[in-house]
Amino acid sequence: MSKSRLDLANQPGYTYEPYHSTVKRAPVKPLIFMPHTLSERTGPLFGDMPISETDHDLTRQHAGEPLGQRMIVEGRVVDDEGNPLPRTLIEIWQTNAAGRYRHKLDDFRAPLDPNFTGSGRILTDDNGRYRFLTVKPGAYPWNNHPNAWRPAHIHFSLFGPSFVSRFMTQMYFDGDPMLAYDPVFQAIPDRAKHRVLAGFDINLTEEKWALGYRFDLVLRGPDATPSES
Amino acid sequence: MDLIPTANQPIGPFYHFALTPGWATGDRSAGVMAGPEAQGEHTRLTVRLLDGDGRPVTNGMIELWQADGCGKYNHPADTQPRTADPAFRGFGRLATDDQGLCVFETVKPGRVPGLKGQLQAPHINVSIYAPGLLRRVTTRIYFAGDPANDSDQVLELVPEDRRPTLFARGEQGEWCFDLHLSGPRETVFFDV
Repeated sequence: MSKSRLDLANQPGYTYEPYHSTVKRAPVKPLIFMPHTLSERTGPLFGDMPISETDHDLTRQHAGEPLGQRMIVEGRVVDDEGNPLPRTLIEIWQTNAAGRYRHKLDDFRAPLDPNFTGSGRILTDDNGRYRFLTVKPGAYPWNNHPNAWRPAHIHFSLFGPSFVSRFMTQMYFDGDPMLAYDPVFQAIPDRAKHRVLAGFDINLTEEKWALGYRFDLVLRGPDATPSES
Repeated sequence: MDLIPTANQPIGPFYHFALTPGWATGDRSAGVMAGPEAQGEHTRLTVRLLDGDGRPVTNGMIELWQADGCGKYNHPADTQPRTADPAFRGFGRLATDDQGLCVFETVKPGRVPGLKGQLQAPHINVSIYAPGLLRRVTTRIYFAGDPANDSDQVLELVPEDRRPTLFARGEQGEWCFDLHLSGPRETVFFDV
């Protein structure tokens, strides 16, 4: 058996036919396994990037407050050995409460919210923790199949410390009935699906202010450095 | 105990306002990696992203990560005893345009250490995202005609008939790289 880091027990493959746009875009030839060199052990770092006070508070980026259910998303970013990943950049984007993206190609007939852009970013703290304040995103239709709806989600993009750790996912809400019909989510093996579900957490919830959800992330790290004389 | 990494999901079509805000206005500054003072061979690098039918992918995103013109990564894991070029940013990120193109302004990277003390041929590390890609694909851009290509340890892992998919074509100052996600000319992607 040839070596692979694809981890198809816990990760989607490239081709998943029910998600139609994978068919012409997924590579079909075998990936070439390679040892990690300095090129893979390094990667862009953003630890000194200027991040403004409202970058992680999506409810304060405009003159007024956005409509919708205010929510906190909080969690911790660690590598696959459990080490916290400090000062790493997280970028998020999402629809407004009505399910509409502030994007010129989104033609869903739902209202834009003049007080909501839907993008945020933050650097994790020294313990790998992050916290966003936003409003709960909405579901929206797409063209994959008849009566297709994407379940409410927040896109996450993370860098981590190396080229290997670069990562994107979507955070969903535990218990959302639309997950059962969504081929993007269903492309994840069953045993791994829970890792992209945010759970309601009363301890993160702020009294008379905002619901709290926890979403922790684990990023891959480079292989252990082989000892060389 | 090892933890299991979180599952990947695709970028989706509506990322531009968060990740590549210049896309909406034609501002390509996020693809300018080399300032005028950067050391090395300045080059424009045009990457074209194509699907399995050879059609341009117009809603993809390309990220580049590379060493500076002297072969130094701006990262603490690069312990070579010199400082990274302050006029060079090793990272560039652009959305593909309506022809599937991303145009970067960079320098040809210097050679960086590989395995067992050997140097690698000049190369750029590439991450590709698009709707329909459930997880990132990664490749490397090498420069056709560089004599170091003949002894590069990573190129040697690639079957000879597929190696040409990893070479940018061009000459000093102007290089182009076609990236086929699938199809008969599928680019070699690496399992990193």
